[in-house]
Amino acid sequence: MKIAVCIKRVPDMDVRFKIAPSGKAVDETGLKFDISDFDGYAVEAALQIKEKLNAGEVVVISLGPDVVQETLRKAMSMGADRAVQLKADTVPADSFAIASALAAELKDGGYDLIMFGRMSIDTAHGATGAMTAELLGLPVVNAISKLEFDGRTAKMRRELEGAYELVECALPAVVTIDEGIARPRYPSLKGIMAAKKKPLDTKPAQLPAPRLSLDTLALPPERAAGRIIGEGSAVVPELVRLLKEEAKVL
Amino acid sequence: MSNNVLAFAESRGGDLRRAGLEAVAAARVIADARGGAVHAILFGASGIAAHVAKLGAHGADAVIVVEHAAFAHNNPEAVAATIAAKMSGFGAFVCAASATGKDIAPRVAAKLQVPVASDAIAMTVAAASITVTHPGYTGKILQTLTLTATPAVVSVRPGAFLPKENAKAGSVENAAPASDPSASRVKITETAAGNAAKLDLGEAPVIVSGGRGLKEAANFKLVEDLAAAFGNAAVGATRAVTDDGWRPHSDQIGQTGRLVSPDLYVACGISGAIQHLAGMRTSKTIVAINKDKEAPIFKIADYGVVGDVLEILPVLTAEVKKAKAQ
Repeated sequence: MKIAVCIKRVPDMDVRFKIAPSGKAVDETGLKFDISDFDGYAVEAALQIKEKLNAGEVVVISLGPDVVQETLRKAMSMGADRAVQLKADTVPADSFAIASALAAELKDGGYDLIMFGRMSIDTAHGATGAMTAELLGLPVVNAISKLEFDGRTAKMRRELEGAYELVECALPAVVTIDEGIARPRYPSLKGIMAAKKKPLDTKPAQLPAPRLSLDTLALPPERAAGRIIGEGSAVVPELVRLLKEEAKVL
Repeated sequence: MSNNVLAFAESRGGDLRRAGLEAVAAARVIADARGGAVHAILFGASGIAAHVAKLGAHGADAVIVVEHAAFAHNNPEAVAATIAAKMSGFGAFVCAASATGKDIAPRVAAKLQVPVASDAIAMTVAAASITVTHPGYTGKILQTLTLTATPAVVSVRPGAFLPKENAKAGSVENAAPASDPSASRVKITETAAGNAAKLDLGEAPVIVSGGRGLKEAANFKLVEDLAAAFGNAAVGATRAVTDDGWRPHSDQIGQTGRLVSPDLYVACGISGAIQHLAGMRTSKTIVAINKDKEAPIFKIADYGVVGDVLEILPVLTAEVKKAKAQ
């Protein structure tokens, strides 16, 4: 099975962000970057499919400036076979523009399965995968938490609010990956060494003019500092009084 | 460009969902700013038209009913194709950023060759553009984006645009699906409802959530008891707990799970890992019960109680029952 996985480079979220002076980007000073969470699950799921079938190819694709090569190498150190960078100075906010560039790269690739994370963890639009599928004329199943194959039919599970759907779709298809499908592996030393020699092609991203643009980034209002009202079950009546009289939620 | 707005009246299993009324409420914001009308589009199997009156009562000037036996399950391909085909008469399409809405919006947008403004918590409407606020970076950064494409495709975060009584005519138009739903390539073979009596995390005004501090799966009974005492509460969990299989993955609140902002969030035996805080930090009031007074959850809790959650929860449940009975 020939599988493409589209991945995004994002900052580690476990920090206190600052906004860059432009007001349109985060201040990247001191930030660490990695594969976006859900994209990492997609890479792992793709590798497991290849390993199970003991055949096929996993190609990772990322759109962005040259720093995304590091992200692509990481995916190759996990086990992806080769990588494609769609080179652009920045990643636009416009999901249709991104999907157009990805579809242009994917359309003649002969992929059986194209995988995305269900959304990027930074800009969090969750639109690129489904849009790319539409532009390719392929069926898409979004936010799947399970994936199995019965021949050329993918059998999937999709979580809804308080329910789930069981979904089937014949290949070729596009899927976007939710958590629960696979925990990404850590690259082995051997994997890291091997990744350095794997092919990484760079091509210009064919991006149409954006019609969704980022005006500003801002930090949300800070929560008031926390307050400990006491210890042990003796403070429960006071807690309930506060919920009733002060917070007015009871 | 038409000033009219099409709203996705989301339904599941024959029931109109709150997300559908929220889409109508958000569509009203755009339509009222531009002097247009709101049409709601409702898909379902036979009998779905029963919800037309409710949509009219909540602000839909007209309702397009698309009835087909195959819509007993969601059918994203036929739904998106039908919406896209209808859009020639509309300047904007709005749905909730629910699991179903997030699936539909990008399909519709791509068919119309436009981007989608996703998961908006606020909107400013101009004649030829819509500016949205959209939380990103696990809720740590608010992005303000301007959408200039026509038609505008917008999804709105559940809970951000509240349904309200706003009686409109709710006149009915029956329409056929634009593509044969039985021929869709993506087939939903089963929709397994959870406990129908259970409130969804996205809709519950109160969430009682449990973490590793509960020590074992069986102790989640204490969390459920407290939720039952509130009467309007849903039960959530941390990733550690769902990873261990104590609770289903769909209960997970956090960076990679559900993002919630209820009126009251009660964190039981939750230390407050960044991953978890990302999913609940916008809750209006936060209560934390944890035995470690240095736990990060106490930094954002309005009311922190230091102590053994297994000992405190039964007392709290009894006190809440008492307060509710008054």
